[in-house]
Amino acid sequence: MAEQAPLICKDIHKTFNQLEVLKGISLETRKGDVVSLIGSSGSGKSTFLRCINLLETPTSGDIIVHGDPIRFTNNRKGERIPADDRQVEHIRAKLSMVFQGFNLWSHMTVLENIIEAPIHVLGVPKKEAIERAEAYLQKVGIYERKDYYPAQMSGGQQQRAAIARALAMEPEVMLFDEPTSALDPELVGEVLKVMQGLAEEGRTMIVVTHEMAFARDVSTQVLFLHQGVIEEQGTPDKVFDHPESERMKQFLAPKF
Amino acid sequence: MLDLKGYGPSLLEGAIVTIELALFSLLLAVLLGLVGASSKLSGNRFLVGAATAYTTLIRGVPDLVMMLLFYYGGQVLVNTLSDYLYYEYDLDIFFQFDPFISGVLTVGLIFGAYMTETFRGAFLAVDIGQIEAAKAYGFTRWHTFRRVMIPQMLRHALPGIGNNWQVLLKTTALASIIGLTDMVRVAEEAAKAERSPFMFFIPVAFVYLALTAGSELFIKWLDKRANVGVVHGD
Repeated sequence: MAEQAPLICKDIHKTFNQLEVLKGISLETRKGDVVSLIGSSGSGKSTFLRCINLLETPTSGDIIVHGDPIRFTNNRKGERIPADDRQVEHIRAKLSMVFQGFNLWSHMTVLENIIEAPIHVLGVPKKEAIERAEAYLQKVGIYERKDYYPAQMSGGQQQRAAIARALAMEPEVMLFDEPTSALDPELVGEVLKVMQGLAEEGRTMIVVTHEMAFARDVSTQVLFLHQGVIEEQGTPDKVFDHPESERMKQFLAPKF
Repeated sequence: MLDLKGYGPSLLEGAIVTIELALFSLLLAVLLGLVGASSKLSGNRFLVGAATAYTTLIRGVPDLVMMLLFYYGGQVLVNTLSDYLYYEYDLDIFFQFDPFISGVLTVGLIFGAYMTETFRGAFLAVDIGQIEAAKAYGFTRWHTFRRVMIPQMLRHALPGIGNNWQVLLKTTALASIIGLTDMVRVAEEAAKAERSPFMFFIPVAFVYLALTAGSELFIKWLDKRANVGVVHGD
């Protein structure tokens, strides 16, 4: 039997009030895939990412995490909601997310941030969680900052801590929502380098990004979104060097 | 200790009653405030309505009226309930609605309403990203509330809690009206008997002042602790 796909999304639609932001996005990943979602602001790429772990509930469409389809139901107003909160929590624990604004819990130290979910969500014993956290902090290169509070670190360090927090869940898929967009240009590199390392280890990642060099060099699959639909999709080579759509060509054209 | 014509020890006892009353009321007020604020923010129509009715009612009625209503009305309710239980179910349950319990209930309920507003504002001030991160890592709602919302909210709520506490402490003096022998009551009786109001009320004023000033320092210290890891703008 072929290996179970870590994540399949089928025909995801999302409507906010009257506005249709996603008009049918599908995505199938294999283990070790690095999928880059690119496109201009408002194209729906972040919304799509947030639908995957149910931070937004898709208006229609299916999400299947490692063979486990998320169950939905309708509330009294007829809105679609997840049917089982426990299932959602379980699935979210397998899809850890790295946010644009880091979102480290500001009242906890870096180490506390990293061990919180493994201990309380996955039930890892505290000692083991700390060992695991320390190993990941070494990996992202901020072990010596483990007892700092987030506000005492630079953006790049905070984002690396957030990546360590995501890694500590040992997730099926890592979701990155514009992980470098809030960083100064000088700090972007340190975060991208860590992410590239993760990609080389064969971790499955979905990355919403404006870093075209990263999308081109690191991804296995690129999705170009425009106005809520996939305008161009394929290997970086195909999308960047042989784009078919007019919009993609425009998007890639030198700006000045 | 000053003898104060032999009233010193009972004044001291009264001061301890005042402190006990204030602390128990604070505990009740904080619990009610958490429940009230969570209800107001729950989005559930019934809970929002109940919490809004509670805060509107409490904030619109004078503290003294509430105090009298609870003390006299509370006893009537207890009597009615205990009669009912006795005749209908042969259960003999009765308790005296003493001034201390009435005081704690009244002051706690009043300040529960103020705490509700303090906590509501503080919950709203918690950065949405902090809560989203908790959700994204599979936290249950209760876990998010306990481990993220409460500690983050307290940071914003502490100054308000401090204010409420100081006013609460002073409001406990009202319980002397319903016969609680707190230090105000002792001073009042002594002043009448000795015809020397200054000798008794001035020390009482100083005890309140010492308590509020002391708490202010304590709250500053708490605030510093709660804000560990926060970089303030200069």
